Amino acid sequence: MADANKLRISTELVERIRRQGVETYPHECCGALLGRDAGSDEGQARPREILELFPLVNRREDSPRNRFSVAPPDVIEADKAAQALGLDVVGWYHSHPDHPAKPSDYDREHAWPWYSYIILSVHLGVQQEMTSWRLNDDRAGYSEEGIEIRTGTTVDPECEGEI
Amino acid sequence: MAVKVLIPTPLRPHAGGIAAAEFQAKTVGEALGHLTTEFVDLRKHLFTQDGKLRSFVNVYVNGEDIRYLAQENTPTKDGDTINIIPSIAGGSSRAA
Repeated sequence: MADANKLRISTELVERIRRQGVETYPHECCGALLGRDAGSDEGQARPREILELFPLVNRREDSPRNRFSVAPPDVIEADKAAQALGLDVVGWYHSHPDHPAKPSDYDREHAWPWYSYIILSVHLGVQQEMTSWRLNDDRAGYSEEGIEIRTGTTVDPECEGEI
Repeated sequence: MAVKVLIPTPLRPHAGGIAAAEFQAKTVGEALGHLTTEFVDLRKHLFTQDGKLRSFVNVYVNGEDIRYLAQENTPTKDGDTINIIPSIAGGSSRAA
């Protein structure tokens, strides 16, 4: 079950999230994580993999410094983009400007189960810690999941370049 | 014939892994009631403790948002499709 709570992502995608978080500072950025859920390849367990991003516009124009919102039409567009690549929307990312990369009560109240939620902290315009979380089934809290970062622009299960 | 309810990916683990279910229902509320009776674990993710649809749960009937129809009293008929579409929201706990 350890792999069920791990997220694999490439250095390129991590950098794209970090760049977006810095570019939108002091506002929160957001987007969809496209990929494949945990499974197995030829008997080898593989964790959830993020293979592409779908950057989105933060729709919370009234409070973009501490809130983000993805409207249903954007969710549908993200789903379509994932399907076109043979992938699923397996999670979402957003930034916390001048705040730690920890989910807030507001995050928890609005979270869906199963999705991975990546949070990037950006302090004074400089990228900081990045974490990933999943809502617990009882909705009472989150569990942090490990982020396995692989080198390269795509995720290759054979690659051993973990950093 | 019946009303089909499409279940979004994040809720499928709480619905036996299925992507859709069909029920005999005259309203959206009735269909969602059947859904959450058959899959009890879905209830806490779709409804608040006082039984209201959570604010980030969007329900469409044949592509129409029920907020602009009759909410959960929106009538349904055989062959209709109910789609549950997530809104995604969050943010830090810092003051704005």
